[in-house]
Amino acid sequence: MKFDRRLVLNFDWFLLFITILIATIGVVNIYSATFAVKEPDGMPVYLKQICWILVGIFAMFLSFCVDYRLLERSAYPLFVVAVLLLILVIPFGKSVAGSRRWLQLGVFSLQPSEFLKIALIFILSKYFNKYHGYSPGAIRGFLVPFLILALPVILVLLQPDLGTALIIILIFLSLLLFNGIKIKNILIMSSVFLAGLPLFWHCLKNYQKMRILTFINPDLDPLGSGYHIIQSKIAIGSGAFWGKGFLKGTQSQLLFLPEQHTDFVFSVFAEEWGFVGALIVVFLYLLVVLWGLRIAAHSREDFCAFLTFGIASMFFWQIFINIGMSVGIIPVVGVPLPLMSYGGSSTISFLLGIGILINISTRRFLF
Amino acid sequence: MLLYDKDNKKEFEKRLFFSIVFAIVAFVIILSRLWHLQILQGKKFKSLSENNRIRIVKIPAPRGIIFDRKGRVLVENYPSFDLSIIPEDVNGLERTIKELSGLLNVKAELFEAKLKESQGNPPFKPIKVKTNLDYREVAIVETNKLDLPGITIEIEPKRLYIFGKLAAHLIGYMGKISESQLKTRVSSGYNMVDLIGKYGIEHDYEPVLRGSNGGAQVEVDAVGRKVRVLRELEPTPGENIFLTVELDIQKLAEKALSDMIGTVIVMDPNTGDILALASSPSFNPNMFSPGISSKDWEALVTNPYNPLANKAIQGQYPPGSVYKIITAIAGLEEKVITPETIFYCDGSYRFGRRPYRCWQKKGHGRVNLHRALVESCDVYFYQVGQRLGVDRIAYYSSLFGLGKPTSISRTNEKRGLIPTRLWKLETLKSPWRESETLSTAIGQGFVLVTPLQILNLISSIANGGVLYRPQIVKKIGSPGGNIIKEFFPEKMKKIHVADNSINLIKDALWGVVNERLGTGWRARIEGANVAGKTGTAQVVGLPTGVDELKKFVPFEHRDHAWFAAFAPKDRPKMAIVVLLEHGGHGGNKAAQIAGDIIKGALKILNDDDSSF
Repeated sequence: MKFDRRLVLNFDWFLLFITILIATIGVVNIYSATFAVKEPDGMPVYLKQICWILVGIFAMFLSFCVDYRLLERSAYPLFVVAVLLLILVIPFGKSVAGSRRWLQLGVFSLQPSEFLKIALIFILSKYFNKYHGYSPGAIRGFLVPFLILALPVILVLLQPDLGTALIIILIFLSLLLFNGIKIKNILIMSSVFLAGLPLFWHCLKNYQKMRILTFINPDLDPLGSGYHIIQSKIAIGSGAFWGKGFLKGTQSQLLFLPEQHTDFVFSVFAEEWGFVGALIVVFLYLLVVLWGLRIAAHSREDFCAFLTFGIASMFFWQIFINIGMSVGIIPVVGVPLPLMSYGGSSTISFLLGIGILINISTRRFLF
Repeated sequence: MLLYDKDNKKEFEKRLFFSIVFAIVAFVIILSRLWHLQILQGKKFKSLSENNRIRIVKIPAPRGIIFDRKGRVLVENYPSFDLSIIPEDVNGLERTIKELSGLLNVKAELFEAKLKESQGNPPFKPIKVKTNLDYREVAIVETNKLDLPGITIEIEPKRLYIFGKLAAHLIGYMGKISESQLKTRVSSGYNMVDLIGKYGIEHDYEPVLRGSNGGAQVEVDAVGRKVRVLRELEPTPGENIFLTVELDIQKLAEKALSDMIGTVIVMDPNTGDILALASSPSFNPNMFSPGISSKDWEALVTNPYNPLANKAIQGQYPPGSVYKIITAIAGLEEKVITPETIFYCDGSYRFGRRPYRCWQKKGHGRVNLHRALVESCDVYFYQVGQRLGVDRIAYYSSLFGLGKPTSISRTNEKRGLIPTRLWKLETLKSPWRESETLSTAIGQGFVLVTPLQILNLISSIANGGVLYRPQIVKKIGSPGGNIIKEFFPEKMKKIHVADNSINLIKDALWGVVNERLGTGWRARIEGANVAGKTGTAQVVGLPTGVDELKKFVPFEHRDHAWFAAFAPKDRPKMAIVVLLEHGGHGGNKAAQIAGDIIKGALKILNDDDSSF
């Protein structure tokens, strides 16, 4: 690719700045969340997270450099690769706490479902770009995309990873609505879905049914997720206005919170930094989402509009569901909070998404 | 293209606008929720967090009870009082431990060791430091509880094997869950301190017996005392198991075996129900639950007579003369002999260049099949075996289920071994020799069986040729007393052998016990019509003429003694097998033990029948 001065002139510094800010807050908070945990192996978790961020920034740079039209052309192969990786998880996956989500690649492990989200956004953007909402009939309008969605969702549910499956479905629905869809088709889709539910329910094993019921109503499991919710609420609530201060959160320092450096990382933050801190973080996240939508509004091509909208919706749903779960307005579901939760794959995929946003917002002026 | 399509552009902008509003509203909802939690209820949550007021208390599920076939309790639970320390609530850990060790007369080091074990735990998690407190100790702890915050007494159901060693191999025992077991069971709610069935029924029916633990979210005050229960999850007790075992017959069997080494199994030949199973030496399952001391474990493992092995299914022995039943049936079915065929026995049989001895050195004279079985004439069966060849004997063995596991339990059951030409070629890499057929025909040489397989054989003779799967569980009952599942007799197969052959064998087996020269006369019971077969399994080949000098043979070189029988002959109610390791001749000790058990067991079974 030959270098173009305009790439620097029109570079989206604002988005990069907000991203770095959130990542920094994330690292500081992971330091606190894992402060009391004795790690058996050498490298502390917060340092690992810094490494992931550096890898992620490199990935971000890559996805910024590549012309997005090239990305559009490679949407299908990308998707196939992502699905293949997901299939590989079934036999070769590393099992952690009863679910297989990771592929062990030498030193580090990769979570294919994280990259699948991005691949899915690509393929759907490309598809919708071809068939707009109102023109094609029911089959092309939503049946084909529905089939595109079904395979990864089933694979992710097999792991089992309810959280990621939910996010994938929500991204899909957001893009579908954004593309435009007839009311009639929405009705058809919901009725098919509702008709399929009993059948799906019937296929489940008892413990899986119990999991889903608990997911809807945590009170059924007062020792598991019901307890997690209450501890998370105590952590957040006790932060009050100013918070207890860095490394002073009693709930988190005494290991009362489950998954406190991954799923419940926001509770640790809100306990130590209070309403003020939580407000700032929530506001930064909102800025990222709105900025993404702004880039979508200004795109000059449909494909870019779909792509940026898809990525913005992915950010939005992850943030909303994770924080919503921590504050107890959404059932407990394992979804990482982008750049705040510890995790290699989720950090890299988030930064990849940011890279694509910057890519499109910068290149808008080139054509 | 959006840009060149006015209508679409409008639509598109509308949808984007809607998305922006949607996102802002969602974030406002989150912020208002944060406001609600942190500003409006901040005080409440702060006080709850100050001493981590909300804890989880486990409510353990009582494990299912194990009954005998008549609903008499064999295994139940008793409440055990365990002392725990919650580091979070303790007012000075050092001081508390010192006080406790003074009060309870326990070395402080013991407590410290327990605390060290669970160092990585969160500080609010109770750590068990002493189990099974007696009432005096419980009283001491309770009276001092106020001065020693952070100590609690937890009540946990523990397993109680009422009759100790009785049927221990069948019932099994519990032990601490191992690392590898835990790995595969985390998702089903096991944790590090749990006990799990390790052997026998306790192991095979673990998921049935276990139930699921409950628990409660409890709010505690600053010193860890319960203020109120917020939410509770009732435990589900485990399901109960009714064995096929009859307690009184089991007691009889254990008593008859007493301190000998070997096994006794009693079965109902009409159903395959195991009525009693004893293996000796045995162990006391009560030793395992509290955590067996290494000294006791060492004693069990190093004992040369292997108390932990269930000899009924894990012991493999040459069947000796009991195997002649198979040789006889094979001979009749393959028409190499008729019941009238006569062979002459003069105490040995010449084959090749050496004589093969009969146990009766004087010889039996002219013998037909009936007499050959009654007096257990080896020479007769050498010749039947020679006419049959080893592979035909093997075929009839497998018809009766020898050489195959019965899958009575998931514990390591042995298969036994039925030799064939092919087997020898494949495993020993040498061709079969005809002389080996001779020893096979009288149940010596390569043949190996488990006592349970021999019981199956004798049962199928008793019931006229049906092979039942041996069963030890009769039904599973809910904690409320309903039957959840019942196990009915399972016919593995109908053995295709002429009724006439079976009847001939039955008559001969009756003769073994009831005729003048029968080898099993010690099992004779007036009016009970016992039919059986003795057997002697060689451990080492003894030089000629040593027989009378038995007392000079070291114990571990003496032969194993078998006796397999059923009674009454015509409408059998029970089948029994007795195996005594190094018990000498089958006709002596083993037949006598079997006779004693049959006498008592028939009385019990007849009483049951008349009470209906």
